Amino acid sequence: MATDARGLTTEPAVRVRNLHRSFTSDGGVLNGLDLDIAPGEFVALIGRSGTGKSTLLRALAGLDRDVAGYGQIDVPDAVSVVFQDSRLLPWKRILDNVVFGLRGADAGERGRQALAEVGLAGRERAWPYQLSGGEQQRAALARSLVREPQLLLADEPFGALDALTRIRMHVLLRKLCEAHRPAVLLVTHDVDEAIVLADRVILLDAGVVDTDVRVELENRSRSDAGFAALRSLLLDRLGVAADA
Amino acid sequence: MTATLHTPPVEAPRQQTDKRVVRRRLGPGHRIRFAFWIGPFLALAVWSAGSASGVIAPAILSAPWDVVIAFEDQWVNHDLLGNVLSSLERSAIGLSLGVVTGAVLAVVSGLSRIGESLIDGPIQIKRSVPTLALIPLFIAWFGIGQEMKIITIALISMVPIYIHTHNGLRSIDGRYAELAETIGINRGEFVRHIVLPGALPGFLLGMRFAVTSSLLGLVVVEQYNAVSGIGHMITLAEQYGQTDVIVVGLVIYGVFGYCADSAVRLTARRVLAWRQTLEG
Repeated sequence: MATDARGLTTEPAVRVRNLHRSFTSDGGVLNGLDLDIAPGEFVALIGRSGTGKSTLLRALAGLDRDVAGYGQIDVPDAVSVVFQDSRLLPWKRILDNVVFGLRGADAGERGRQALAEVGLAGRERAWPYQLSGGEQQRAALARSLVREPQLLLADEPFGALDALTRIRMHVLLRKLCEAHRPAVLLVTHDVDEAIVLADRVILLDAGVVDTDVRVELENRSRSDAGFAALRSLLLDRLGVAADA
Repeated sequence: MTATLHTPPVEAPRQQTDKRVVRRRLGPGHRIRFAFWIGPFLALAVWSAGSASGVIAPAILSAPWDVVIAFEDQWVNHDLLGNVLSSLERSAIGLSLGVVTGAVLAVVSGLSRIGESLIDGPIQIKRSVPTLALIPLFIAWFGIGQEMKIITIALISMVPIYIHTHNGLRSIDGRYAELAETIGINRGEFVRHIVLPGALPGFLLGMRFAVTSSLLGLVVVEQYNAVSGIGHMITLAEQYGQTDVIVVGLVIYGVFGYCADSAVRLTARRVLAWRQTLEG
């Protein structure tokens, strides 16, 4: 359990206990998973394909009503999801997409601010198809953050972007999370991305937490010795021989 | 190793060369001005040439100028304007009723499994029954007046609206519904912001069918006890063997249908600006 600045124990933002989910009768995808995420904590979730990363994320997002299973999930009221595709509604202009479903007279103004924060000021009136892949994903981030979530769930949000855009998005996401302080669960395939972004990296295997490490690096550059050590540890647990 | 710096030439070339690789275009390309009118004018030209050269005998099809004379005669002596207006009124009321009913039924049947089981079957059955065959029944139920005519037109135009709106709605990407669920909106907002705009392309295609079928319905219903309307005018002309008057009626039908369809297409181009398609 995390402690705040005064040394008091705080309630976790996310608490998962004994979570089971299965798509077929013969084997579960999640097999008794336990997980706590503290308020404002950035957790990256890695693991091989089919180890239950997305299943866990969808369970936390409440999008798995047709999946069999049981267990206990506590999440905050304000949860936002960023998907691998931006899911901007093609028939709404960018600003209308960002403030979609937002209530209050100042929704438009908040939407404009969120767009400015992700570097899309001036594109309010554009249609989604007029934006590049990276811009669309930034608009999707703005749509999530304008709702001031206590928990941000991101399912490989940069998976479809090119390497350069990815690096820019990493910087942006870090900045946004430091400003808004939501608890974050980021599902990714990319070990480097996990280490660069997260306070804590969790490696899922066979539907349970296999490795849970805190990233305490002064310098998050790939040339850092601590970075390389953490990277080879995680790659080793993933069953990949580290080349570093 | 030495790095080579590539500096741009100091003097810009006088003549800007433009050498590029251009692929052969496979889509329809840029719009042509007045493109809508080219085909109909060509048809009119062929008709005129055929009549003038005698290839098309007046007994087969009246010449365009004879139709113009008949038009003038109908306008001055037989209240053509009144006929046109009463036909337009019938089809407009019938069409509006049909469009609203078709769209509402499509949304209910598209979004609810119970609605689908109640609505979809009867509409498919209605679709396979010819409207002409239903008219005697409608006369028995609603009498032979305006009511029967409007209900028939409404039913004719409802079917394409239902089919295309329903199909458009069901083709909406399920991921948008998932997004809406994570954003936490209610069902009304879901219909307004996702279902209706998503089904709009389908609805507008249905609209193109519906406007023309509402006009076609006129011909049928105005044969029954009508005292005005284009269909009534054609029925009378048929009895007196006035080919030119029949053609006047047909031309009016054609012009109405064409204008209505163009209006729907122009609207579609405007409201579907968010799409990037070959329509351009």
